[in-house]
Amino acid sequence: MNSSLSRRKFLKTSGALIVSFSAASLLDPLALAQGPFGTHMSHIDPSKLDSWLAVGADGMVTAYTGKCDFGQGMYTVQTQLVAEELRVPLSRVRLIQCDTSVTPDEGTTSGSQSTPINFNTGGLAQAAATAREALLDMASRRLRVPVTDLAISDGVISTRAGKRVTYAQLIGGNRFNLALNPAAKRTQPSQWTVLGKPVPSMDIRELATGRFEFVHNLHVPGMAHGRVVRPPALGCVVLNVDESSVRGLPGLLKVVVRKNFVGLVSEKQWQAEQAARQLKVNWGPPVVLPAQQTFYDYIRQQPSRDVLVVDSQDTEQKLAASPTVLRATYSYPYQMHGSIGASCAVADVRAEKATVWSPTQSVYPTRSGVAKLLDIPLDNVRVIFTRGAGCYGLNGADTVSYDAALLSHAVGRPVRVQLTRKDEMAWGENYGQACVIDQRAALDSHGSIAAWECESWAASFGGRPGYDHPGNVITGLLVGFEPEPLVPQRSSQPTGELRNGHNLVPSYLTGCISGKCGGAGKIRSERVLAHTVKSPFFTGPLRSPLRLQNTFAHECFMDELSARAKVDPIAFRLRHLSETRIIDVLKAAGQAAKWDPRPSPQPNNSRTGTATGRGVACVAYEGDNGYVALIAEAEVDQVTGRVQVRRLVAAVDCGPISNPAGLRNQIEGGALQGMSRALTEEVTWNDHEITSTNWATYRSLPLGIEVPVIETVLLNRPGAEANGAGELSITAVAAAIGNAVFDATGARLRQVPFTPVRVKAALDARSAA
Amino acid sequence: MSAILIKVNGRIHTVDVDPATPLLYVLGDELGLRGPKFGCGLGQCGSCTVLMDGRATRSCITPVSAVGQSEIITLEGLGTPEKPHPIQQAFIDEQAAQCGFCLSGVMLTAKAFLDHNPQASSAQIEHAFEHVLCRCFVHARMMRAIERYAQTRRV
Ligand code: FES
Ligand code: FES
Repeated sequence: MNSSLSRRKFLKTSGALIVSFSAASLLDPLALAQGPFGTHMSHIDPSKLDSWLAVGADGMVTAYTGKCDFGQGMYTVQTQLVAEELRVPLSRVRLIQCDTSVTPDEGTTSGSQSTPINFNTGGLAQAAATAREALLDMASRRLRVPVTDLAISDGVISTRAGKRVTYAQLIGGNRFNLALNPAAKRTQPSQWTVLGKPVPSMDIRELATGRFEFVHNLHVPGMAHGRVVRPPALGCVVLNVDESSVRGLPGLLKVVVRKNFVGLVSEKQWQAEQAARQLKVNWGPPVVLPAQQTFYDYIRQQPSRDVLVVDSQDTEQKLAASPTVLRATYSYPYQMHGSIGASCAVADVRAEKATVWSPTQSVYPTRSGVAKLLDIPLDNVRVIFTRGAGCYGLNGADTVSYDAALLSHAVGRPVRVQLTRKDEMAWGENYGQACVIDQRAALDSHGSIAAWECESWAASFGGRPGYDHPGNVITGLLVGFEPEPLVPQRSSQPTGELRNGHNLVPSYLTGCISGKCGGAGKIRSERVLAHTVKSPFFTGPLRSPLRLQNTFAHECFMDELSARAKVDPIAFRLRHLSETRIIDVLKAAGQAAKWDPRPSPQPNNSRTGTATGRGVACVAYEGDNGYVALIAEAEVDQVTGRVQVRRLVAAVDCGPISNPAGLRNQIEGGALQGMSRALTEEVTWNDHEITSTNWATYRSLPLGIEVPVIETVLLNRPGAEANGAGELSITAVAAAIGNAVFDATGARLRQVPFTPVRVKAALDARSAA
Repeated sequence: MSAILIKVNGRIHTVDVDPATPLLYVLGDELGLRGPKFGCGLGQCGSCTVLMDGRATRSCITPVSAVGQSEIITLEGLGTPEKPHPIQQAFIDEQAAQCGFCLSGVMLTAKAFLDHNPQASSAQIEHAFEHVLCRCFVHARMMRAIERYAQTRRV
């Protein structure tokens, strides 16, 4: 966030940011809307209204946003936002997303931050509100009527006496020349007519009929096809490349080697694919990887960067004095984004100017990365977001954009690069982090939690490149850029306000630092220590990064505590919570699921055959960016260890709901994606390389499963700030399923994924105990 | 390279390619079709699915030379945004997509299967989707849309 803020400041103060492109690189059919005024400073400086909105002579409103849609519904809901604030029909709004030559720099579209940033009092919302007020002012002057006597509807401003003026008459085709007004009033949710409504996804018709243009579908005139040749194992460097191994192959244009980056370009895709298979590269020896079997022990031993998030300094004492102390260790594997499409990008680099059509969630940072890779000025690079397959964080989108830029630069023609499935899975994406988490807590004599300690180790390497670290993804590293270093550091006592962006602190703690308490719970005796260690593999912000891993550990442990206290899991949670919003979602989920209050495990279940149970988990996402409670009902085959989830009930509160239809789709998708990750997904490796490189070796739940019934309860909070919603259900689902298995069988699962073998082992351990 | 005739979405095209070229690349790169997409290139996910004489076929592992006289239909060959095919309409009605990248696999597998097995049980439908992936996990809506289409085939 910091780097993007300083970048914004830079943009505000820099008078020199003029993006100049030759007409050739704009390639007419692909040039996209340039806005009515071409591309220049005012289109990019985020403090100016003209950077965000333009009203055409035809009355069309064009809005420029730095938050893009890769399947999560941002296109539709941002169009609603603009239509609402400007009081025009949806059809009169045209939204231009994420193009560094025309949209403002809003950093990355990620981390459940798009809604908070663009739907509260900043960004696009503020721009739209500013524009409406400016138009009212203009109308008031033109019609000589005070603003309070004016009404707007359908882009027409009218007086009570029936005098009227349209937006087009007021400003059509001209600039506002105004700064964003921080005091401009957002329309109150109670007055909404477009926002808050279940507007259907605006792209589904094109998607369902095969018309939608993904980056994979782009055809740039003169385009050739590239493939990359990644190292065979981790740590291998290029010794030499034997170009004679592919000499004379049809269509081959060039073999490109830059340090450890190897790729090639051919006229046709099939030719490139065959040449890439045939190219002989001599690689140096690989590094030896830590054994997967003992990996969770291994990461505990590594030098670490430590953060003591909260520490009341009395937990040792409380734990020592308590009659009942529970401890448990949870582990969570590396997992993949595993986008359905292997990543693809197109670049056109000629005469030191680069245009990249990229599925990246971060056009501006990618622009900066490409400029560094090609060593050309930032202003010579234009990155245009073009949708790829659903991404969920940092799949191969950024790295393949670098690949395309390097290859196009080498041949001086537009080049499309398609990664293979293995490139994507072993050498393309940045995995979700592996973690091991120790929990320790004391119960007092009334069965309440007297103290809670949590210590975690997360393996991390690279990540989003941001503006400065192209080496945070594989291609950057291969050409010689260093990833952001992980500097080991001891922790000091916490100061300032609680920062719980990674959900390191369980919702049940008070989260007090020097007397200021930012937590959602009541437990005062608290200590949370987090270690980050260097991962052998690239990692990145996979949907609900660390929030999911930590919540899995917290919510399963809370379940263990409630079982030991012999209290109903929901009642036990409520006993330790103070924040109304999480309390409300918990109650709402219980109600919707017709939760039967009783302690777990289910007392009447047989220890053989099939057993069913229910489990709950809840979280204040990122501490205060949305609230979710999720109840899972699961069936466990105690012979095979197979877990079948039958029903998922999620209650969410993400502030005022902008589009309930889109929100439900996100909650449902997140719940099932989380279920797949909880039950089957795990990155695997041997001594030297990743071995989960396709869908046979990295298992995803296919469409052909008995899909659980999913129910979503939406709690609308019109008075609150808008929160993120895309990561709510996925954060809670693994714990809810694990807790349901415990309720059904009395067996506790502490390691994801819950494969039949692991479930079986937990069931066996139960009889041994 | 050789000139190959293929019939796609009701039109005959001549393409000049290596006969071993996967059908997917011919459809996308030579004919500019957008429906079938590269997901895995290994026949594991379904994204590249087309109908070949009415059968769901994975174009990433089908060489163009294997097409012969068969008629290929891609997602865009079924219907148009203005006049979607009933299976497409069912997905629109159920809002059964997020990124939408997987839709060729999901919709064309459904159409081919149900056209041949209109009376299929839900267990049989599930079985038909054992190797079709949607990584946005729109499963619940997709299955509702497929059920909706199945109803239209049963009457
Ligand atoms: S792309 Fe053909 S099955 Fe995956
Ligand atoms: S909608 Fe994204 S993979 Fe299915």
